[in-house]
Amino acid sequence: MTEQASPPRFAIRVKDLVVGFGRQIVIDHLSLDVRRGEILGLVGASGGGKTVLLRTIIGLIPPRSGEIEVMGTVIGRSQERSTQRAAGRWGILFQQGALFSSLTVRQNVQFPLRENLHLSQALMDEIAIAKLEMVGLAPEDADKFPAELSGGMTKRVALARALALDPAIVFLDEPTSGLDPIAAGEFDALIKTLQQTLGLTVFMVTHDLASMYTECDRVAALADGRIVSIGPMHELLQSEHPWVRAYFHGKRSQMLQPQAS
Amino acid sequence: MATEPLLTATPLGDVLELRPGGSWTAANGTTLEALTGAVAAQLDRATTVKLDMAGVRELDTIGAWLLEKISRRATAAGHHAEVVGVADNYAGLIEELHQVNRRNPAPVPALNPLVAKLNDIGQAAAGSREDVAAFLQMLGALFLAVVGVLRRPRSLRTTSLVYQLYRVGFQAIPIIVLITFLIGAIIAQQGFFHFRKFGADSYVVDMVGILVLRELGVLIVAIMVAGRSGSAYTAELGSMKMREEIDALSTMGLDPVEVLILPRIIALVCALPILSFIGSMAALYGGGLVAQLYGDMTPAIYIARLHDAVSVTSFKVGIIKAPFMALAIGVVACSEGLRVKGSAESLGKQTTTSVVKSIFLVIVLDGLFAVFFASIGM
Repeated sequence: MTEQASPPRFAIRVKDLVVGFGRQIVIDHLSLDVRRGEILGLVGASGGGKTVLLRTIIGLIPPRSGEIEVMGTVIGRSQERSTQRAAGRWGILFQQGALFSSLTVRQNVQFPLRENLHLSQALMDEIAIAKLEMVGLAPEDADKFPAELSGGMTKRVALARALALDPAIVFLDEPTSGLDPIAAGEFDALIKTLQQTLGLTVFMVTHDLASMYTECDRVAALADGRIVSIGPMHELLQSEHPWVRAYFHGKRSQMLQPQAS
Repeated sequence: MATEPLLTATPLGDVLELRPGGSWTAANGTTLEALTGAVAAQLDRATTVKLDMAGVRELDTIGAWLLEKISRRATAAGHHAEVVGVADNYAGLIEELHQVNRRNPAPVPALNPLVAKLNDIGQAAAGSREDVAAFLQMLGALFLAVVGVLRRPRSLRTTSLVYQLYRVGFQAIPIIVLITFLIGAIIAQQGFFHFRKFGADSYVVDMVGILVLRELGVLIVAIMVAGRSGSAYTAELGSMKMREEIDALSTMGLDPVEVLILPRIIALVCALPILSFIGSMAALYGGGLVAQLYGDMTPAIYIARLHDAVSVTSFKVGIIKAPFMALAIGVVACSEGLRVKGSAESLGKQTTTSVVKSIFLVIVLDGLFAVFFASIGM
């Protein structure tokens, strides 16, 4: 991975992006660079366009204007094919998991392998179990259906599926929402470990202040449709932007800070 | 950017030295599997395996797992395995994979195919009792809801009822009219074609009239409604079940049967007789049109013949069946809807079951009514 001919320094480059629905502009001339191998957290108000930004980067929402580059491939503008090629190098964890409900856990994890590679069934089974164990699930869970899983297990399986092809980038949409603090902490640690072992770039939408402190290399704050502040957590805490101040210095945040920082 | 993966095996007496090289990544998965498969025989012969990873340029989970499998295979055979030359950035990944797949749960023993088939048949037979129970349970719950509404008429969901009536009744009219019109026309055409051979043209009107009013009008309409509205009921209730909306209703102290199911079934019971009537009229009109265009029979004669051939009894026999068929369709559709489990597949399965079962029940009911009317001389 490190030995590529000319490794681009940035995993994701977003330039001057505008996204809107009807007359409403959600993302307004936004620019953002995500470095290779970092964990970037994206914060913003509920309904402020975080998920819209994520979905635009992965090509699910067509932008009004602007440019998106993921691992050197331009997304959206130049048709489906280049997006698909890029798709081989990313994994996405949707907010609700988005597991295929008619497939077992094992089949869900194998799905990207089956569609993209030609491996023997035995090897795919082993890889699927290995991935499940890496995200902290037991082999016994492999034959369950998504409807039989708890919320935390669903997120873990979805992460295992996102990681099935060893992507270079993982997009996580609120990975720890709906988990108890212990499970959320484990999930954070897991993402950190996987990032270190697999050399992942992680783009994470989150509201979880604890994850930002412990896990993220940099945090970007999205307000009024643009990135108003970006940097390591301690820099963001110094930010003068009123929304960022309100976010990190509000009552709830203050309660967390002494222990976390 | 990726380089071709290699695996060179150098046997030195009892020691086998393996040197993987190039890109051991998912993109080369097929090649990697072949490479590791090819050294298996040599691997089993050697007593010591030395895995020199210095040549590996790229490594991901699949590559690391295949290499881990090599050393595991050697260890399992009681040989000595040694891994050297691991680059720092891959050490974590290899260590991680060293931990996994250690404990495989015992695979579920596969059943003898014959036994499995017999098992399926037995399960299905036992399941049919469950089906009957679910149907009766829904009928009972519905009865209770009706009693509740009779006691407190205000608890009937009028808005929902009217909306459902609009959907299953009013919106169904165009397609019902079209289909029954065509069926009436086809029966009349066939009648003229065959009856003409022995000069019984005028009896075509008797056939069309009696067939449409007694049997076909209501039967065709009921089957159409089962396919059109019954399936919609199952799918709606099923997806509400999947999204826990029905549980939410019950926890708010509301009875899902009263709120969701009763208005739907009442709407169906009201709509089906009306649709049957409209459908029968359309079929008679279709028959009349064919009589005029194909059978050279003027409308006046057609109506006069019809007047002689059919009686109010034929009409009654047909229309009495409609509400019962509607009840069967509605109860099956709603009980199947509530049996949907979490997956999209189960929603599809229950919707299919609902339509198949309700059409089956409609035909069985029609047969029972035929016996009943014959024995009371109608």
